[in-house]
Amino acid sequence: MNKGIVTAAQYQKGFVGSGNVNIKATINGKTVYVPLRADNTEYQIILEWVADGNTIAEAD
Amino acid sequence: MALTLHGTVADNTAVFSRPTDKPFIHNGDMAIAQRTTSTSSVTGIQYGADRFTTQMDTFGTWTVSQASDAPAGTGLVKSFKLDCTTADTSLGAGHFGLVRTSFEGFQTQPFQKGSSDAYTLTVAFWVKSAKTGNYVLELFDTDNSRQISKIYTISSANTWEKKILNFAADTSASDPFTYDNAESFVMNWWLGAGSTYSGGTLNTSAWADNTNANRAAGVLNLADSTDNDWYLTGVQLEFGTFDENSLPKFQFESYGDNLKRCQRYCQKYTQPPLVGIANANNTYARAKMLLQTPMRAAPTATHSGTLNYFVSNSIQPTTTAFSATYLDENVAEFDATTNVTSMTAKDPITCTQNGSGFLLLTADLMAG
Repeated sequence: MNKGIVTAAQYQKGFVGSGNVNIKATINGKTVYVPLRADNTEYQIILEWVADGNTIAEAD
Repeated sequence: MALTLHGTVADNTAVFSRPTDKPFIHNGDMAIAQRTTSTSSVTGIQYGADRFTTQMDTFGTWTVSQASDAPAGTGLVKSFKLDCTTADTSLGAGHFGLVRTSFEGFQTQPFQKGSSDAYTLTVAFWVKSAKTGNYVLELFDTDNSRQISKIYTISSANTWEKKILNFAADTSASDPFTYDNAESFVMNWWLGAGSTYSGGTLNTSAWADNTNANRAAGVLNLADSTDNDWYLTGVQLEFGTFDENSLPKFQFESYGDNLKRCQRYCQKYTQPPLVGIANANNTYARAKMLLQTPMRAAPTATHSGTLNYFVSNSIQPTTTAFSATYLDENVAEFDATTNVTSMTAKDPITCTQNGSGFLLLTADLMAG
């Protein structure tokens, strides 16, 4: 049973020089910021989307 | 004052022996709807009230709303409403529609599931629909992929009816709920299902390892006409077996208490308490806020519309772009790009109430 449809995902960086801190994604048609946390529902959906062969774009 | 007993004396001790101090169900009276009070063109997941959401796959198109319609004489005021706007008269095998509410493992310990002391469960609710017939309520154990379902029948069209359903205890020793913040327990009000979920025999008598075909067998198809609608409110779950005589009354919470419990899963701010510092490029600020209550997990952030800020009497920028930087259960931090270039680096800024936008933080067990 599908819990959400991802159509875009891109990592976001934090402070200058820092690593990725979240993912800017479009899920169910809405732009959302998703923390990189295993217990976050949207992050779980993104990981399933990646497992289906999709790729999270690198941060700008 | 005279006391009126219904059923047996033991029945009437129910409210004293509840293993929880609050109603187990969050927002069972549908009073809280932080995200929105009405959404049209829904074909998938949409919260109609906090903690209650649709889940659909190719099941027509719906308007989902918090309705000011509730059974008279109950004290209930609001309900979760579904209104079909595009019908689907022939469901494909894997297609379905349901309304669900779900619970994390940190809340499900009173069930004592997986032990010889596991409770039987009673679920009661008020429901109304233009379409009469047989519907299914399913209880689902996400940790162990086990379930049990019951049929309920709406007998009179467009009439509030109270349903009371009894469910067996799950004493299977290998199947306790997991004590964590992940989803453990789900209640699914099935509104239609193709053969994948309805092609077998409804599993009604005992919890069993999930067989999809047995989850919603016998359910009608609520999506078969745009005349159809469905309302739900007054949802309560009681530990033990009760009937119409012995069922404890619906346990109301104050609006504030109800909201506070919902905020573990969703927090909406039209004036987020953001306080921050302008960056050296004079157009950009980083601001953070302490959340109203710790959330179930680090939340997902959504920003909509314009937020206004205050730096000084002459500098009151609005956001032209907004993005989350750091999110955890207690704190959220954002970068705001503003429409002014006159801020000085290290200027303190605060968010003010004049903007038309809002900030939504969600940590629910379903997206949305």
